[in-house]
Amino acid sequence: MKPSSWFRALLHLSSITAVALAMTTAGQAQVVTHAMNQATVAVPVGERDTAISPEELVKLLQIPKGDQPIILNVGPRLLYAQAHIPGAEYIAPGSSSASNEMLKKRVQAVPHGRSIVLYCGCCPWSRCPNIHPAYGELRSMGFTKVKMLYIANNFGADWVDKGYPTAKGK
Amino acid sequence: MLKSYRAMGALTVILLSIGLVFGIYTVRHPRSRSQGGKLIGASEALPIAPEFSLTDLNGQPLKLSSFHGKVVLIDYWATWCAPCKIEIPRLIVLQNKYKTQGLQVIGLSMDDGPEPVRIFARELGINYPIALGNVKVAEAYGGVLGLPIAFLIDRRGRISRKLVGDAEMQSIEPDVQKLLRQP
Repeated sequence: MKPSSWFRALLHLSSITAVALAMTTAGQAQVVTHAMNQATVAVPVGERDTAISPEELVKLLQIPKGDQPIILNVGPRLLYAQAHIPGAEYIAPGSSSASNEMLKKRVQAVPHGRSIVLYCGCCPWSRCPNIHPAYGELRSMGFTKVKMLYIANNFGADWVDKGYPTAKGK
Repeated sequence: MLKSYRAMGALTVILLSIGLVFGIYTVRHPRSRSQGGKLIGASEALPIAPEFSLTDLNGQPLKLSSFHGKVVLIDYWATWCAPCKIEIPRLIVLQNKYKTQGLQVIGLSMDDGPEPVRIFARELGINYPIALGNVKVAEAYGGVLGLPIAFLIDRRGRISRKLVGDAEMQSIEPDVQKLLRQP
């Protein structure tokens, strides 16, 4: 083979490599875009005063424990037992009759200015029966820094599947 | 000498290119992917639905393996779950419509106790067996961290589809029909 043929072959292979690389990069870009879309789930405009996004809460979990908010789970026990946010305390489903008493008992010694984050994650945000009743209860008790964790779909999709920290157990 | 260097350089580039293309192909065309320890991907690698042995609300044993040979739809739900309340009437219709062809719906409630489940089942006229789910069974199915979640299982006991959220009838029914036609 003449040297010029080698160069042509090299050029050809370089083209294949470049195309293959471009394909791979495009694939990765799709994944990254998808991940970014997932990672930037924004709290709806009308809920920004009352809700916190998963991303914001993950950041709060990285600050010293004493400065972190109290995190209370007001969802189903069987979901909490499978996976929950580290440090989150189980109360009861916010829609249940037991919830108010359990919630009152837990926060009776908590200063009203202390940050509290409530979460459920059983169902899509707009159809969760637990989160808003629990929020209303704490607000009516005079707590001023209460936020609801904005879970758009469910805890599995919007927290666990994103690789955010989890703990398990009752 | 120069030719020899060129040849070696070319050979190196060729080998690297082949390796690169092969690597890219392998990454982009995996034979299967792992999900919760089960293989999902190629149709022959559908995961086997994990067995469970529970007691239904009437005190009768409820074992998945006792429905082998049927198309099974396992629905994880709860009485307080709004989307579940929308989906369950569709499951009742499906159970009625396809029971004789071999469909069996099973409800696994994630409620804390049986009483609200009994009341709910009576009110809605649920026509399929219901048992209380538990963490062990939920985790065997990859974790139930949102409701409703349903699993459609073929006659050979393999998970054909996972449905998250209240699936529309037009989304579930064609798959049920397809699985019922399969041996």
